[in-house]
Amino acid sequence: MKETFYDVMRRQGITRRSFLKFCSLTAAAMGLSPLYASKIAHAMETKPRIPVLWLHGLECTCCSESFLRSGHPLAKDVILSMISLDYDSVIMAAAGHQAEAIVEEVIAEHKGEYILACEGNPGLEQDVTGGMSCVVAGRPYTEQLRMAAKDAKAIISWGSCASWGCVQAAAPNPTGATPIHKVPGIGNAPIIKVPGCPPIAEVMTAVVTYLVTFDRLPELDRQGRPKMFYSQRIHDKCYRRPHFDAGQFVEAWDDEGARQGYCLYKMGCKGPTTYNACSTVRWNGGLSFPIQSGHPCIGCSEDGFWDKGGFYDRLTNIPQFGVEANADTVGGTAAAIVGGAVAAHAAVSALKRTQQKGDQE
Amino acid sequence: MGTTIRNEPAVYVYEAPLRLWHWFNAFALLVLCVTGYFIGAPLPTLSGEASDHFLMGYIRFAHFAAGYIFVIGFVFRIYWAFVGNEHARQIFLPPITNPDFWDGVRHEIKWYAFIAREPRKYTGHNPLAVITMHVMLVWGTVFMIVTGLALYGEGTGMDSWQYTWFSSWVIPLFGQSQDVHTFHRLGMWFILLFVITHVYVAIREDIMSRQSLISTMISGWRTFKDNREVDDGH
Ligand code: HEM
Ligand code: HEM
Ligand code: SF4
Ligand code: SF4
Repeated sequence: MKETFYDVMRRQGITRRSFLKFCSLTAAAMGLSPLYASKIAHAMETKPRIPVLWLHGLECTCCSESFLRSGHPLAKDVILSMISLDYDSVIMAAAGHQAEAIVEEVIAEHKGEYILACEGNPGLEQDVTGGMSCVVAGRPYTEQLRMAAKDAKAIISWGSCASWGCVQAAAPNPTGATPIHKVPGIGNAPIIKVPGCPPIAEVMTAVVTYLVTFDRLPELDRQGRPKMFYSQRIHDKCYRRPHFDAGQFVEAWDDEGARQGYCLYKMGCKGPTTYNACSTVRWNGGLSFPIQSGHPCIGCSEDGFWDKGGFYDRLTNIPQFGVEANADTVGGTAAAIVGGAVAAHAAVSALKRTQQKGDQE
Repeated sequence: MGTTIRNEPAVYVYEAPLRLWHWFNAFALLVLCVTGYFIGAPLPTLSGEASDHFLMGYIRFAHFAAGYIFVIGFVFRIYWAFVGNEHARQIFLPPITNPDFWDGVRHEIKWYAFIAREPRKYTGHNPLAVITMHVMLVWGTVFMIVTGLALYGEGTGMDSWQYTWFSSWVIPLFGQSQDVHTFHRLGMWFILLFVITHVYVAIREDIMSRQSLISTMISGWRTFKDNREVDDGH
């Protein structure tokens, strides 16, 4: 008989009471009605545990760090008991050949049934130059990734690295760091992106829970992000929003506005262009989030946030043109040139006209 | 020349709906540029309680209201291109396959470069005006409407038609929301370049060309300053 999630949890010493509490918390985090708590509980009690492989490519481990710090300690235990038993090179106890063998074992035994969680991304430069940008157990990471992706039931792209490329993909991107969905030969498994640098812990646990309990992907938006956490901008639910609408901005880090908690728009806040749940779910168990502590959002869950010039500028650079200039410097310069040309042209025209008039007389 | 003979018959060129659109559109555009500029680079901060002010709110509201006038006006203008007179179609369909048209463009450039002594005489727009209006104003407007509604859809949310029709594909196309903002703002400067040149040229040609201009955009009637033949092929 196959082990269920519930069996695993009980073995981990989690009480039934704590288990039910976890189910209702998760239902709430996903914005589902309380009725779903019992659905989640039922699914976990009856369904066989789905194996998860957690691979690490080019990354900084901030996703794992965030995950391990899930606000509710129980959530972490529950989720970890679901997945850590298989393979996660950062937190697993096994090492060496033994550990690597697990990957092949899981793939062979659970073909098409396991979930592949990707933290970080591959440097595709490896394909071309055979370079050493990321090596796992003596083999290029790209190999491990493609092998594991081929037979996965679904892939989770953790964080902005796996979803978009993130800092290691910043121009000129020497290692060819490429987000998972753009890797050639990655196969056809559906990919679910959970961007953020790192993503919020509760969002991560909720996504895993959803996948394993409902046995299907949560509803995704057009860019492959779960709608339940990424359908609104930070700005839409920001508690400083009344100051934005009023026109009350922090203009310098130590001014009166900063003390009053005014809107951080002029300090470069990317809340208006960033889809994430920080202003609702918040961080560290709902304690706070960057804007609440007085720092503008840097847009860490958005594609290309690392390549647009200063984090503290409201108007950002235009990377598509490869210029270190924003719309106002480009447009303002063009307008000044055209304006100058018009003035000069008007002067010459007036001169010509007086000349011609003179000729006619 | 000496005295100008003004007995060439006046021609009714721009029908009332087109003229109305022109001035409504110009007004909406002015509001859009000013409010849009301050959306991205806001005015100095206001002090006191948040409930005492709604400055950014009003600026954004004015932008969206003018935006809708701009959008509806443009949709109407396209409709008018179908039902209006031949001049109502000019800015939408420059005859780019016609060598005479390009000859006209070249001549007009020479006129502005002070090489040609005299401009040609047109009942409708001159060819250079047609091509500039088509490229900068018509396509500029399409660009601003598409990116503007995409930004608007972000506020109205994923269930709104603005989001479904625009934001859902425009945002990934540009990369992310911030890029749409950047290019929407760049688009403003692009259209402003057109407006600067257009207003200058309208005034200049009103004085220097062989036909009336500003009064034509007000009354619809084109009058001519000499009685030689119109050489625009219309
Ligand atoms: C935001 C400002 C403006 C915009 C976007 C704009 C746009 C346009 C467009 C698209 C046309 C072509 C009309 C058509 O065929 O449908 C046009 C024609 C015209 N506009 Fe404007 N306009 C602006 C402001 C002005 C101003 C301030 C003046 C007056 C000084 C002016 C004078 C004219 C004239 C005289 C014509 C007719 C040109 C001709 O007969 O060939 N416009 N404008
Ligand atoms: C030619 C016409 C237009 C011009 C010149 C214009 C200009 C601008 C500018 C400069 C910005 C600020 C961008 C930034 O720095 O972030 C802006 C933002 C915006 N515009 Fe427009 N715009 C035009 C048309 C429209 C239209 C038709 C709509 C649709 C209703 C629209 C909706 C918006 C929205 C929703 C924003 C973002 C507001 C915010 O971030 O709070 N715009 N516009
Ligand atoms: S602080 Fe940022 S997210 Fe909050 S209202 Fe201001 S601009 Fe929007
Ligand atoms: S507030 Fe912005 S920058 Fe900070 S974690 Fe959230 S999305 Fe990332």
